[in-house]
Amino acid sequence: MNAPAPGTHITIRGLTKSFAGQPLYTGFDLDIPKGRITSIFGPNGCGKSTMINMVSGLLPMDAGEVRFDGKPLADTVIGYVFQNYRDALFPWKRAIDNIKYPLRIAGKSKGECDARADELVQSFDIRFDLNHYPYELSGGQQQLVSIMRSLALHPEVLFLDEPFSALDYEMTLFMRDKLQDVFEATRTTMILVSHDLDEAVYLADEVLMLTRRPTRIAEVVRFDAPRPRHPETLTSDAFTRAKAQCLEVFQREVRAREA
Amino acid sequence: MNGTFGGRLANALTPAVGAVGFVLLWWFVTWLKWIDPVLLPSPQASARAIWDGFIGGNLVKDLVITIRRTLLAFGIAVGVCVPLGLMLGSSVRVYRSLEFVIDFFRSTPASALFPLFLVILGVGESTKIAVAAFGAGLLILFNTAYGVMNARKTRQAAARVMGASPLRVMMGVTLLESLPQTFVGMRSGVSFALVIVIVAEMFIGSTDGLGQRVINAQMIFNMPEMYATIFGAGVLGYGLNLIFIVIERRFVHWGGK
Ligand SMILES: Nc1ncnc2c1ncn2[C@@H]1O[C@H](COP(=O)(O)OP(=O)(O)OP(=O)(O)O)[C@@H](O)[C@H]1O
Ligand SMILES: [Mg+2]
Repeated sequence: MNAPAPGTHITIRGLTKSFAGQPLYTGFDLDIPKGRITSIFGPNGCGKSTMINMVSGLLPMDAGEVRFDGKPLADTVIGYVFQNYRDALFPWKRAIDNIKYPLRIAGKSKGECDARADELVQSFDIRFDLNHYPYELSGGQQQLVSIMRSLALHPEVLFLDEPFSALDYEMTLFMRDKLQDVFEATRTTMILVSHDLDEAVYLADEVLMLTRRPTRIAEVVRFDAPRPRHPETLTSDAFTRAKAQCLEVFQREVRAREA
Repeated sequence: MNGTFGGRLANALTPAVGAVGFVLLWWFVTWLKWIDPVLLPSPQASARAIWDGFIGGNLVKDLVITIRRTLLAFGIAVGVCVPLGLMLGSSVRVYRSLEFVIDFFRSTPASALFPLFLVILGVGESTKIAVAAFGAGLLILFNTAYGVMNARKTRQAAARVMGASPLRVMMGVTLLESLPQTFVGMRSGVSFALVIVIVAEMFIGSTDGLGQRVINAQMIFNMPEMYATIFGAGVLGYGLNLIFIVIERRFVHWGGK
């Protein structure tokens, strides 16, 4: 087994998965850096969701091993933000109780739950009433609640599967910056699946470019622009270069398969 | 127009039109003596029979007995079949293997099972309740399992990823997720239990209950009493349904959202 690169948080080795006899991953290795945002970008159906679902334990793998700082998943606190907040929040619980749910599961006392919820409300600068039920909130508010819930237990790793793709443009911009604020404040390792190349690059330290299935890593594109990043970052040379590189890799991979 | 006083009054009265019309028609028919008054007594005579039944007679007693049997059967059905439905629905393989059996018994008229239960349990309280519980239970079982199987899996995944044990996922998420469908089953179940209990009271050596009262009134040709009892059964059925709708709105406030 290859030793992980320095600064690695998550080590994936020999990940193997097939659906209905069709291989998706065969002996896939990957190191995900600690305290960084790694974006995953690739064509539809290449297995982005499948990968983070296996790493986060939602989906069994056929073979392979995943370690978090050398520990198994069972000893690791993770957070997960689903694309479809409507199906991920509990509609029978008020927003605030949704946020407290992971704390309750972890057996925290009522006082601790309240304190942590207050802390999150403060840091997210929440202006709407969290005593509403999720279905009484707007899409953006619901996804904000989802993100707060995923952070309640101070996760070591946060997984986000296209978290903003169901939101309108204005809300998306707002949420990207919220997420960046959280990252700056906590330096939680984040793994972000995004279909929006601008977003993938804008938020990332590394963009993991995947090929079509059977899936391999086409390239890892680094993006070192200083944080916090602003809308101006989108027009900086460094951004343009990183994005151009991603596009080139993407097109090369798409063409490689068509040829 | 709907905002004016007259408009609002009209809106408030609209639902009563059918009921008032029905009573008027009934009264009109008996007044003209289109139907033999022995067979169809006037609304006044029936109302008096209901009144007498409530005050002096034992309509209330029979009503309470029927309610008790129905709720007992229903309670047994819920207690057994909701947990069973949850387990069944959580495993597609188990459900598939039992689907035919459940569907078959669900389609078998429960009343056809009376002789079987009579042989097993004898002519008594238990047979009436057992058949009603059996029929209602299958409806509840089927609907609960269906609700679990068709629940979106995302919330269960979300709970699992937050560290909830399988039991907590089941009790805290799957159960609630399937609740709208479970309620559909419970609502049909309670109506069904009432039907079976009344039939059982009519024909299975009963000395009390609404069913027995209806059939007795018919045999001694006490038509006002018969109508009064039918009316009582109607109120009971309607009331049970209404109570369920109210409970459902409170418990499953998120349903359909
Ligand atoms: N449960 C399943 N059964 C069969 N095939 C599946 C299953 N889940 C995923 N797949 C297949 O595996 C491949 C990867 O799916 P996955 O959802 O991981 O892709 P993705 O990269 O997240 O796609 P998208 O960009 O559309 O979200 C797809 O071809 C999909 O059809
Ligand atoms: Mg996906």
